Amino acid sequence: MMLDWLHSHKELTAVAMGTAFGMLARIAMLRSDYRQYPAYPHGKIIHLALGLIAGALGAVAVPALFNKDYTAITFLSLAAQQFREVRNMERNTLSAIDDLELVPRGAAYIEGIAVVFEGRNYLAIVTALLTSLFAQWIVWWAGLIAGVLSLVISHLFMRGKRISHIARVEMAPIKLDGPNLYVGDIYMMNVGLDENREIIREQGMGFILTPRSDDARVTIANLGQRQAILHDVSTRLGVYRDDGDPGLLPIAKLGLRTGQLGLLVLPREKDADKAYEAVSGVPLLEAAVRKPTKANRKSLEEAESNG
Amino acid sequence: MARIVGIVTTRREEVGGGAPIFYAEDREGLQQVAHLLEKILDCAAHTINEDLFIIVERE
Repeated sequence: MMLDWLHSHKELTAVAMGTAFGMLARIAMLRSDYRQYPAYPHGKIIHLALGLIAGALGAVAVPALFNKDYTAITFLSLAAQQFREVRNMERNTLSAIDDLELVPRGAAYIEGIAVVFEGRNYLAIVTALLTSLFAQWIVWWAGLIAGVLSLVISHLFMRGKRISHIARVEMAPIKLDGPNLYVGDIYMMNVGLDENREIIREQGMGFILTPRSDDARVTIANLGQRQAILHDVSTRLGVYRDDGDPGLLPIAKLGLRTGQLGLLVLPREKDADKAYEAVSGVPLLEAAVRKPTKANRKSLEEAESNG
Repeated sequence: MARIVGIVTTRREEVGGGAPIFYAEDREGLQQVAHLLEKILDCAAHTINEDLFIIVERE
């Protein structure tokens, strides 16, 4: 009897299923991890509410189109407008609190997070749209299958790359030669005070990131990507510093000759394994990824084919 | 660009110029003055040589 009802109320079923799957997609993609963002509970509620709206918008578009109500498509543009606003909101909030971080996220990381928030809403809308489309077009269980498939696909979409994909992470000893501080062979900075040198010697940990390819070399040289690494490691392991201690700043410096990135961090919790995990797991920023080798190869081929 | 906001030295005759100069009796005093200045000015102390520190402000 339940199934009969589903068959007879096709539109309602399509809309309800689409909305539910859209919302589900947003819930699945809403994660508070070590970044502690979005914060519980209010930050989450905002995104769940927007996820519901996204789901509903995607879902109602399909029955409307089936009824030849083509203006319904403008609904979707309304949604796009709304979600761009989400991106602005995230950017503003994070930029505002970034000044108050001991180790700031940096503009590139914030932009990356904001884009992800916008993108997730679109994935929620697409999930709802597909679920609703198949439920309306074929039958309710087709919508169910489409919904589950799009959940899986959107999950794959949202899994970004990490530092460990493009660079080899190794621990390296910290060397202090008078005031000069080195991580491995990479010169980091000049530390003036004996007191600070002592703290760095005791608390500091050094890492060297060796790029795996020429493209990776450009990515880890990006200042935004470096700041993101420092921020993430400092968030996960704590940071041994306070405001007004500019001598104790975690920093990342490039070994110009080798293209390796030297990393000095001052964790509260000096645990080699955890620190290694933290560095390897830093997400790659979209703003930092470049593919110069591909472009150069293409232009070379073109030049050859043109004689 | 970084700006030199203070100079701490034990050799008075070796320095001069536009930044405030602080004179210390010995190297221990040098560390102390540099430490205080670092905390007060929220600027980093850097060693040029063992008798000469500069306090540097970064943006």
